[in-house]
Formats: sequence, C-alpha cells, structure tokens
Amino acid sequence: MPDKPLDDRSKFLRRLVVRGLEGGNRGHVGSSMSLVEILRVLYDSVLRFDPKTPADPARDRCILSKGHGCLALYAILVDKGFVDPKELDRFCLPGGMLGGHPERGKVPGVEASTGALGHGLSIGLGMALAARAQCRDSQVFVVMGDGEINEGSIWEAALCAGKHGLSNLWALVDYNKIQSAGPTRDIQDLEPLTDKWRAFGFETLEVDGHDVDALEAVLGTGAPNLDKPTAIVCHTVKGKGIPFAENDPKWHHHSKFDPRVLEEMYAALEPGS
Amino acid sequence: MRKTCIKMIHELAQRDERVVFIGSDLSPGLLSEMKEEMPERYFMEGVTEANVIGMAAGMAMDNFVPYVNTIATFITRRCYEQVALDLCLHDLPVRLIGNGGGVVYAPLGPTHLAVEDMAIMRALPNMTVVAVSDAEEMVRLMEASLNWPHPIYIRLGKGGDPVISREEHGFEIGRGIVLKAAARPGAALLISTGVMTARTLAAAESLAGDGHDVEVLHMHTVKPLDAELLLERARHVHCICTVEEHSVIGGLGSAVVDALVDAGRFSLPVMRRLGLPDRFADSYGVQDDLLERFGLQPEQIAETVGELMRLDRVA
Repeated sequence: MPDKPLDDRSKFLRRLVVRGLEGGNRGHVGSSMSLVEILRVLYDSVLRFDPKTPADPARDRCILSKGHGCLALYAILVDKGFVDPKELDRFCLPGGMLGGHPERGKVPGVEASTGALGHGLSIGLGMALAARAQCRDSQVFVVMGDGEINEGSIWEAALCAGKHGLSNLWALVDYNKIQSAGPTRDIQDLEPLTDKWRAFGFETLEVDGHDVDALEAVLGTGAPNLDKPTAIVCHTVKGKGIPFAENDPKWHHHSKFDPRVLEEMYAALEPGS
Repeated sequence: MRKTCIKMIHELAQRDERVVFIGSDLSPGLLSEMKEEMPERYFMEGVTEANVIGMAAGMAMDNFVPYVNTIATFITRRCYEQVALDLCLHDLPVRLIGNGGGVVYAPLGPTHLAVEDMAIMRALPNMTVVAVSDAEEMVRLMEASLNWPHPIYIRLGKGGDPVISREEHGFEIGRGIVLKAAARPGAALLISTGVMTARTLAAAESLAGDGHDVEVLHMHTVKPLDAELLLERARHVHCICTVEEHSVIGGLGSAVVDALVDAGRFSLPVMRRLGLPDRFADSYGVQDDLLERFGLQPEQIAETVGELMRLDRVA
C-alpha cells in the first residue's frame, strides 16, 4: 500500500482530534485517527449539506456507525461550521455538547446516535429506502469499523440492502485491521472481506483510506452500479499520523494523558512537518 | 384483534402517506392488497429483527411512521438494544406490534411465550406500552397511534377475544377506563390490561352476584400509566387486585404499585398482583390451559379477590 505523507489539511483535522483528547483527557485515539481522510473526503468533496440547515431533507446523510471514532467526526463538523471549536475543550465534560459517542439532536450534523456497534447500516438502509420512496436523490454513507462488523446485525442489514438494490446506500469500512482486543485476523478474521460484501449483493471497491485523491476517485463519481449498494473497503492505519500510536492496539482508547504525550502528538502534526 | 390491527395499518396507510408496514417473516399473503397498492411502503424483510428495527428508525428519521410486526418475543427480546437505542433514544414514532402477547403460543412452549415483554418495554425511556382488550378497542388504539409522537409497543392477543370495550368510553393513550364503577367507597378495585380485562370483568360480575361491591379499571396503557385515575379510584378502596397475562415482575401490577408508592399520599390497601409466576412455563396446551394453571380464569380471579376481601376484614 503506498504511503503518501499526510498533507497539512489532514494534519490540521488531526490536531482538532488531539484538542478533543486534551479537552476530555480521554478518547479513542487510534480509532479516530484512522478515519480522518474518509470523513474529510466525504465532507469536502462528496456530501451535499449546509451547516445552516442541518435538517434539510434534500441533504446527503453520513452516519458514523463506529461511534467511538467520534472525535474525527467532531473535527470535521467543527471545521465545517456545525460546531463551535471551543466544544472540543469540553469533550466528555459536564455541560459539554460533545460526548464520547455522537448523539443526534445534541450535535448539529450528527445523523444518528451511535456507539453500540452494529446499528448504523440498518439506520442508513432505512434512510436510503425513505429517500427512494420520497423520490429524493439523497445519498446515504455509513462508516463502519472493522471490529464493528463482527456484529450479526450488520450482515442482516447487508442482506436487506442487497435485496433492495439500493444504489444510494454506501457502506464504508475503516479497515485498520486492529480491533480493541488485538489484530482482527487473530480476534475475528474478516477475510476475504471484499468477497463477503460482494456475496451480499454489493458493488465493491477497495481503496487506500488515507489517500485523498484515491478516496475522491471512488466516492466522488456517483454509484458505480445503479442496481446495487456500494461497499468500499478502506485500508487504513490505526492511529495514523501519531507515530507511536500507529498499529498499536494499546492506543485504541487512552485516558489520563501525560502532557508530554499530547505535546508529542501536536509535534507530529505540525504543518509542513 | 390481530386481523383488525393489520387491516388498520392498510387503512391508515391509505389515509396517510407516512405510514409504512415492515414485517419479518409472517404469513404468506399478509396485507397482499397493501403490497399491491403501495409496494414502496410495504416491506417483508425476513428473520432480521435487529435490522428491521434499525431500518424502521432510519425511515422514521425521514418522516415515515413505520408499523413493524412480528412475534412478540422476537420484537422485544431479540432486538432489545435496537429498540432501546434506535427507537427510544431517538424517540421516534415507530410502532412495534407483537403477535401473541402472554401465553397465546402455549402449544409452542417457552421460547414463544411473551411473558416479560411489558416489563422490558416499560423499562425503556420514551416507550409507550399498550395492550387493548378486544378488536374494537384495537381500532381506537390504531387511530390514536397515528400521531402519537413516541415509540409504541402494541401487545396483541390471540384473536376472537370477546368484545367488552365500549365506544362511549372513548380511547386516549395513557388514559385508563373505569369499566365497572363501584356503588360506594370501600369496594374492591380490580385493575387489568389486555385480554385479561374480559376475564376480570367476568370475575367482577360473579363477585357482584355474591353481593360484593367491585370496581374494574381497564389500563390499556401500561406506560404511561394513568396515575391520576389510579390514585382517584384507589383512595377509598379496601383492597386492590391487579390482573395480567404477564410475569408478576415488572408489568401492570408493578406499575400500579410503583405509582401508589411514588404518590405517597395514603397508606396502601391490601394488595395482590395476579399474573404469571417467575418461572418458565412447564406445560403446553392452549392459552386457556396455562391461564387456568396459573389461576387467571374468571372464577379463580373471583376466588382470589374473595380471599383478599376476607383478609382485609381480618386485618
């Protein structure tokens, strides 16, 4: 997999993630960092939305089904003007808007309250069916974790999405290959992952989930098959951008940060570094 | 009751384009006319309970009012987290219709008996729990359900239940109905829900025939319980007996006790909660067989209430 260096925008969004980690003195480090480019490309180049009218029925929907990666979502929602950046300083704190899992109705731009795993694809399926029944061309993107798709409910939803041939539904897997307990190949091997989605009736694609150009190429040109939902397996690196956290299951979640560790994170994410 | 409920979904859908039907793996031909007439609002999704609840949530987030139907045990236990989070946390207007509440599926054994469904649904914030007495009351419930802004669990009986509800009593979600008023203060108060109200009413008539003054309160809505009516009617009674086709843990009886204790306005009268014992059913037969085994037929209810009234006098 080619390993392009992160550009300044990706580093900026990661610094917002670290600001949240610092604010709450806790958070899912690795799970958020692997997601940044997927969400960045969706919100920069693909989704139709207006932060001034977050409930506009005509908008596209993005559900972060792996809700524990919420700091990456909060970073992009702050960047797009849905949320005041000062909220990152109150992440998980009393009186703050941003909790350890995203909540619809509390955070503008959050489409579904997630955190318990395996819920987002079914909700997205319902939204995609609703769009079809209401003759809207809204696209629905559901971003899942690799550990998350251990859940049987994901595969129930995949069966249904395939049956309905929902070309407005996109299933994106943040395949960083490390779940909470360790490598996915050891805990609950998902391979052959792309074949599984294909067998459930999806058009399938694989992409480097940190390559912005490659993500734009697969996400920004419309559904590749007008009779099927699309599954994109995004190959990512857990903890991407924080050298000491990359590919280390111990950085799935972290709390009580040593201030020097936070400084090292910011240093690794300096523009132009 | 079940046929009426399903038929009403089609009727409501004809009137209101927000209404959709989602089934799991139900009888062949169910709502076939609706399927033909409005295929974009008819879904039969197979044995995927967790998925259909999430799917209903997604549709409700985009302005639909989904009526979801499958067997009561599966629509409550199998997908409890989806009900809790996808429906209740988001407070969405999804209606869960559970076939065979209580011991309707007696011949099929304990895997199919929904005896704690009301308890676990009642424990969820934003959830409404309703068990009507008969088909005519089901029509009134379905009309009321259309614009109720919260999720609802609708418990269905076996079907063919005697009609004891009366149109003049009206129907409002969360409002109890006095089906038989006492002649004077100091009576026994019987409180029931669902199809047990017919049996409770029969027990009350039997007691009245023996000269006992008995009042019957029908609580079709177990949550939110009509605490105002309960407190008004319970104030001057000497004993209360709740009757339900449900575990004695967590259902109507528990809701009544909770409301009385929480009100804290007067000392509690002698009480008995009639329901199913805290154990899995250990025999088959039909619904009436199990109700008799657990003391829930009219003559058994009357006998229990009679004992309670004697207890009250001794006390």
